[in-house]
Amino acid sequence: MSSRLTRSNRAGWGFALPGFVLIAGFIILPFFFAFWLSMTNQRLISPNPTQFVGLENYRNLLGLAVITLEPERGADGAILVDARGEAQYPRVRTITRSDAFPQYRGMREWFRWQSGENVKVVIASDVVFMKALVNTLTFVLVVAPTQAGLALVLALLINQKLRGINIFRMIYFMPVVVSIVVVSLLWRFIYDGNDGLLNNLLASLTFGWFTPVDWLGNPDTALGSIMAMSIWQAVGFHMVIWLAGLQTISPTLYEAAEIEGASRLQTFRYVTWPGLRNTAILILIVITMQCFALFAQIDVMTKGGPLDSTQTLVFQSVERGYGKQDISGGSTISVILFLIVLTVSLIQRWLTRER
Amino acid sequence: MRRKATLATLAGALTLVAGTAAAQTELTMWYHGAGNEVESRIINQIVDDFNASQSDWKVVIESFPQLSYNDSVVAAALAGNLPDILDVDGPVMPNWAWSGYLQPLPIDESVIADFLPGTKGYWDGELYSVGLWDAAVALYARRSTLEELGLRTPTLEEPWTGEEFMAALDAAKASGKYEYAFDPGMAWTGEWYPYAFSPFLQSFGGDIVDRSTYQTADGVLNGDAAIAFGEWWQSLFAEGYAPGTSQDPADRDAGFIDGRYAFQWNGNWAAVATLEKVDDLVFLPAPDFGNGPKIGAASWQFGVSATSEHPEGAAAFIEFALQDKYLAAFSDGIGLIPATPSAAAMTKNYKEGGPLAVFFDLSKEQALVRPVTPGYVVAAKVFEKALADIANGADVADTLDAAVDEIDADIQRNNGYGH
Repeated sequence: MSSRLTRSNRAGWGFALPGFVLIAGFIILPFFFAFWLSMTNQRLISPNPTQFVGLENYRNLLGLAVITLEPERGADGAILVDARGEAQYPRVRTITRSDAFPQYRGMREWFRWQSGENVKVVIASDVVFMKALVNTLTFVLVVAPTQAGLALVLALLINQKLRGINIFRMIYFMPVVVSIVVVSLLWRFIYDGNDGLLNNLLASLTFGWFTPVDWLGNPDTALGSIMAMSIWQAVGFHMVIWLAGLQTISPTLYEAAEIEGASRLQTFRYVTWPGLRNTAILILIVITMQCFALFAQIDVMTKGGPLDSTQTLVFQSVERGYGKQDISGGSTISVILFLIVLTVSLIQRWLTRER
Repeated sequence: MRRKATLATLAGALTLVAGTAAAQTELTMWYHGAGNEVESRIINQIVDDFNASQSDWKVVIESFPQLSYNDSVVAAALAGNLPDILDVDGPVMPNWAWSGYLQPLPIDESVIADFLPGTKGYWDGELYSVGLWDAAVALYARRSTLEELGLRTPTLEEPWTGEEFMAALDAAKASGKYEYAFDPGMAWTGEWYPYAFSPFLQSFGGDIVDRSTYQTADGVLNGDAAIAFGEWWQSLFAEGYAPGTSQDPADRDAGFIDGRYAFQWNGNWAAVATLEKVDDLVFLPAPDFGNGPKIGAASWQFGVSATSEHPEGAAAFIEFALQDKYLAAFSDGIGLIPATPSAAAMTKNYKEGGPLAVFFDLSKEQALVRPVTPGYVVAAKVFEKALADIANGADVADTLDAAVDEIDADIQRNNGYGH
């Protein structure tokens, strides 16, 4: 059986060979390396021999447990309350650092909630990883739809035959061409807590009513600030892809719609949007992957701080692998990230399949 | 005809030059100072002088930017491509020695007998590296500030106590003339945190790891002394004495000079530039929080790579570079503390009565090297994050516990780092 791929197609394979070799050498092989390294205790540099440790690295990252804290009681069994009338609970460290509970050794509080009189505390072996995971997912969930939507709006705006429209195209596309490191540095100045551009702008717009916010220094605003900046930076790129999609839609369809008396909204709903289907799938997958790989902005702007509010998986992977010389830990995060991205991509493919 | 003869002579001369060059064995050397013109000029001068001074060795130098230097060395070591002579940051040296990048330095210890303690890199009882200079940290202040606030000027013999220091910050804060009373330098992320701030912890009585065994941080980084340190550290930011982790690097550089910060915790490398702009600048010794005033020690040093085939040649170069005149040249050029008193006497800043002479004494009296262990590179990162988190309001005991767990787990994974 010979298929079209093998039949008299030597030149084609020849042309593809350099690409295949590079992809195999720099993407596929390293992935298998990472998978293997995540099962060992490999260090970046060490005179000690590498040992196989099985799933220990995964346990160290993913270990979770729930403990229940009972309120402190007086001798008569009544719950002791502090000056504000709140019940007092023992510190988590009395459990995680006690020899009576060796199974919780080294774990830390991630979050807690009140359950009746008691408090339930979720403790994790690696709270930083858990926070990185949550931050990364939040980033994807917010940035992917916002960036794709904004890019579509911009694409629709500049897909018109007006004088000077190229100037707008250029302006929207410009941030994409500038290195992300440079953009991040500039936005660090813009977000500066004392006399940054954003604070000054908001203060003058509100005639001084606005109190300056330390955008990157406040755990509540840091991740949001990085999201906003990331959306702004890459929106131009996706706008161009949308634009390419828009220009593949035949003008005759629009003429027909006009003759039928369709409103602008109806034209968009029944002509433009169906024509953009494949573009939409592409953009969604590309943005999702880019969002999962969030690194440069974090490295330049916050280094994961303040209080881990901007930790991300890739940043942690690099920080552990190179900063803390723990290649096995960094590899384990990469493998977990790969599995997450794979799952998300498969779900996206299934949701957008031809029906 | 005449022209041909000249050419022939020239060719002959060239062969001769090439001939002498070939007789010298080539030694490669890596240095971290790329991009710093003055520093490059001095180190190149030393290399040229050495190459001209004898006929056995010829050192060829290659400079790297400081930020990527350590990564380059690690990558070269993995690839088996190290040069003969390496320059290495003092606290990182044990890691490289343990990993097998460095070999013990074969020079006679009488040569470095009167060097400052922070410039000598010992690991496992052997000398691995020697520095031409050290660095020191002091509390920058204006004499006028001290007078206005009615504060006693602390001395090396009688530094401020922790209470006096906080009283000084309170006075500066109450005066209302300053944006912040104290600038510890939170904008300088990286090695600055453990280098500049772990001495505070040590003065409180804690440490990054237990130096008696180097096997655990439990009890020293989360003991009562460390928690007292952590609470003090948090109060600096919570009560508005100091700018936090989001400090703008530009404010770090200019804040004290502009008079927006009353006191600044800064190194001797910034002293010359600050002196030019602040006439009544004084360098105060570190406050004593109960266990003596402490500052960090050890800067960049020279060592011989383990793969070098000519350690005797590399050692000859390092010994050559340790001459007082070069120590003085580096000090005059980039403001570093020369390693010997005799070299200090030759410099314009560190000679008796020189404007920075106090740093030489600080380095001699208060300096404590960072933990001498291969695990330091990881512990330093953990410590940096813990201090940033505490400054940002994290629970002190929990954060220090987490740091202890991470450091201990790392030591365990490395089978105790060879101690």
